[in-house]
Amino acid sequence: MPTNAPSAAHALTDVTASDRTLRRFLHGLPGVDAVGLEARAASLGTRSIKTTAKAYAIDLAISMVDLTTLEGADTPGKVRALGAKAVRPDPTDRTAPPTAAVCVYPDMVPVAKEAVAGSTVKVASVATAFPAGRAPLSVKLADVREAVAAGADEIDMVIDRGAFLAGDYSKVYDEITAVKEACGTAARLKVIFETGELSTYDNIRRASWLGMLAGADFIKTSTGKVAVNATPANTLLMLEAVRDFRAQTGVQVGVKPAGGIRTSKDAIKFLVLVNETAGEDWLDNHWFRFGASSLLNDLLMQRQKLATGRYSGPDYVTVD
Amino acid sequence: MASVFEYAPAPESRSIADIAPSYGLFIDGEFTEAADGKVFKTVSPSTEEVLSEIAQAGEADVDRAVKAARRAFEKWSALPGAERAKYLFRIARIIQERSRELAVLETLDNGKPIRETRDADLPLVAAHFFYYAGWADKLDHAGFGADPRPLGVAGQVIPWNFPLLMLAWKIAPALATGNTVVLKPAETTPLSALFFADICRQAGLPKGVVNILPGYGDAGAALVAHPDVNKVAFTGSTAVGKQIARTVAGTRKKLTLELGGKGANIVFDDAPIDQAVEGIVNGIFFNQGQVCCAGSRLLVQESIEDELLDSLKRRLSTLRLGDPMDKNTDIGAINSAEQLSRITALVERGEAEGAERWSPACELPESGYWFAPTLFTNVTQAHTIARDEIFGPVLSVLTFRTPDEAVAKANNTPYGLSAGIWTEKGSRILAVANKLRAGVIWSNTFNKFDPTSPFGGYKESGFGREGGRHGLEAYLAPSSPEGER
Repeated sequence: MPTNAPSAAHALTDVTASDRTLRRFLHGLPGVDAVGLEARAASLGTRSIKTTAKAYAIDLAISMVDLTTLEGADTPGKVRALGAKAVRPDPTDRTAPPTAAVCVYPDMVPVAKEAVAGSTVKVASVATAFPAGRAPLSVKLADVREAVAAGADEIDMVIDRGAFLAGDYSKVYDEITAVKEACGTAARLKVIFETGELSTYDNIRRASWLGMLAGADFIKTSTGKVAVNATPANTLLMLEAVRDFRAQTGVQVGVKPAGGIRTSKDAIKFLVLVNETAGEDWLDNHWFRFGASSLLNDLLMQRQKLATGRYSGPDYVTVD
Repeated sequence: MASVFEYAPAPESRSIADIAPSYGLFIDGEFTEAADGKVFKTVSPSTEEVLSEIAQAGEADVDRAVKAARRAFEKWSALPGAERAKYLFRIARIIQERSRELAVLETLDNGKPIRETRDADLPLVAAHFFYYAGWADKLDHAGFGADPRPLGVAGQVIPWNFPLLMLAWKIAPALATGNTVVLKPAETTPLSALFFADICRQAGLPKGVVNILPGYGDAGAALVAHPDVNKVAFTGSTAVGKQIARTVAGTRKKLTLELGGKGANIVFDDAPIDQAVEGIVNGIFFNQGQVCCAGSRLLVQESIEDELLDSLKRRLSTLRLGDPMDKNTDIGAINSAEQLSRITALVERGEAEGAERWSPACELPESGYWFAPTLFTNVTQAHTIARDEIFGPVLSVLTFRTPDEAVAKANNTPYGLSAGIWTEKGSRILAVANKLRAGVIWSNTFNKFDPTSPFGGYKESGFGREGGRHGLEAYLAPSSPEGER
């Protein structure tokens, strides 16, 4: 890493002091060799997770799901059903853990809050003019404040990809810090990069550091609304970033791959990435999440298969 | 390794490879006992369990096999290239179909992890046969003149580190060009070559075109010295290579040697660090470092030494050493007790000469031959471990200040097989690659193989190229119809 900061606070102020220092820092990060990164992700994807390890991984994955509905057609009924499912994913088996959170649009936060009341399930809300993020900052901040006021425990913001790609890192940084301030101590902040739009791995690494410097509690791959969402390679890269950030500053940041993770097999591959890259400190839903909707049912079917020895089929899990 | 997410054992089933209690020599399309009835045992390096008893070739058997290959040569070399190609394609397909079985077999006999035999060795073996099958009917256009002729009988001696892959590197181009073959696998890893003999029968390959003679160095020496062998191909140690060169000197035999190496992996300060760490690991711990082109010397720019070593050590502590049949094993067993003692002796020498030894915490199994991944710092060019080929999971870390110094140090070895360059600067890759005296140079990767790419050494790493169009040359007499006969 290019900096050799004596302390976290020092590193932050030095790097973010001006647009120039920020740019110099981000462009001074080691490059990413795409072929090598993807090869490493693929190689970790060949790990064979069986029996007890699989049971552990499936329960862990369930507990890490941010059960998500982000549709124009969302209704209170739909959100209530989702909340009930998050609290008790498998109505036939009480030992199945609850998911980490439900993730909804800001106007659905009160409904979601009520649906998960009394459980450990958090309510996460996308905000900041999700998914495009193309709104004035004042609108974005109002969006965030309303969601927090309605009781959101977590805010999933999108960065201004246009500003990032135009090289205006300070603007992105300032926006994140403003949103972070709007979250206050009430809500943890997940920063979505929309990695599919940032396009290069070098950009994803820079965005990761930018987000962490600006105070992200989580860095998150994508909205689920573009063609390329979470991949093993971009998640591996972000796991390297949080690992290195903690080594340098002592601050631990979570990672949330979102979009496109649909099977237990995929989810377990991501957990292997976590285990062998960031390490076991991240194997907890406080530090790693899956942004997903259909994944949960596959995890439940695999869980039932492990318990009973039989595949139950999609009629034995709830369709919401 | 993380303790909360402990991977349960995930062993590949060993019953997939049905190993007979004994095997003969494969001569003239038949399995046969050795003339003197001698046998030797092959053991599994990870457990020391005896896998099978193998007929041990002697001088008389070599003579029988060479005669069989000579008899087969006339018809085989007269076949149209397209017909020879059919056999090679058939062999390639059978290898693919039987790849799981062959991967298990190779892992049992060699000790390397199933992950490697499954994902690296076997796909490359099949690819090599497919690639040279494609050349068989296009030799006129290979750049060796019109109608280049085969040489005759090829005597081939291969090592134990990639038993089936080295067999493929030797046999595929030899058959594609119309030569016949007598091949001696290494004494510690004869099984996959004998299974390959079975594949030759399955493919209907004419008798005598491929002959397999398991045995020791004396059989190899007899094969190399046999007067009716036209071509000698050897992969192995530089010391044996020199002996072979002396034996062959003054004869009309064509010779290619692929020998030892002390590859330098050069990491510049602008390298993609995380991928460089992977490349270093791949370069020296792939196949337990028992790779002639291993990146056994890490040359790191002094300004990033500490940072790189921290990352490397962290990565090494995630390597999983143990049962090679477990699908999650990264580091398997050393191939033999003899090799283990050689590695041990050289590592002790490194310590005695003042280099600093480091290994991640890792438990070695009680039976079998094992060596923990090892890293030496405070190494200079003068240390034995920076000069001698260790052929084990041992990395020597040296530093440099400037590109010129990196090149000078990388070239400062009697070997010249492989090198790696890690930098995000394209112009530097080209400039440095031009100055390195090594047959294979990888940039921002390491230990990547492909049948289309020629492989071979400079200096004491040998001569001749295997793979690619260049690999045909070793088995062809440029448009001389008289040939060597």
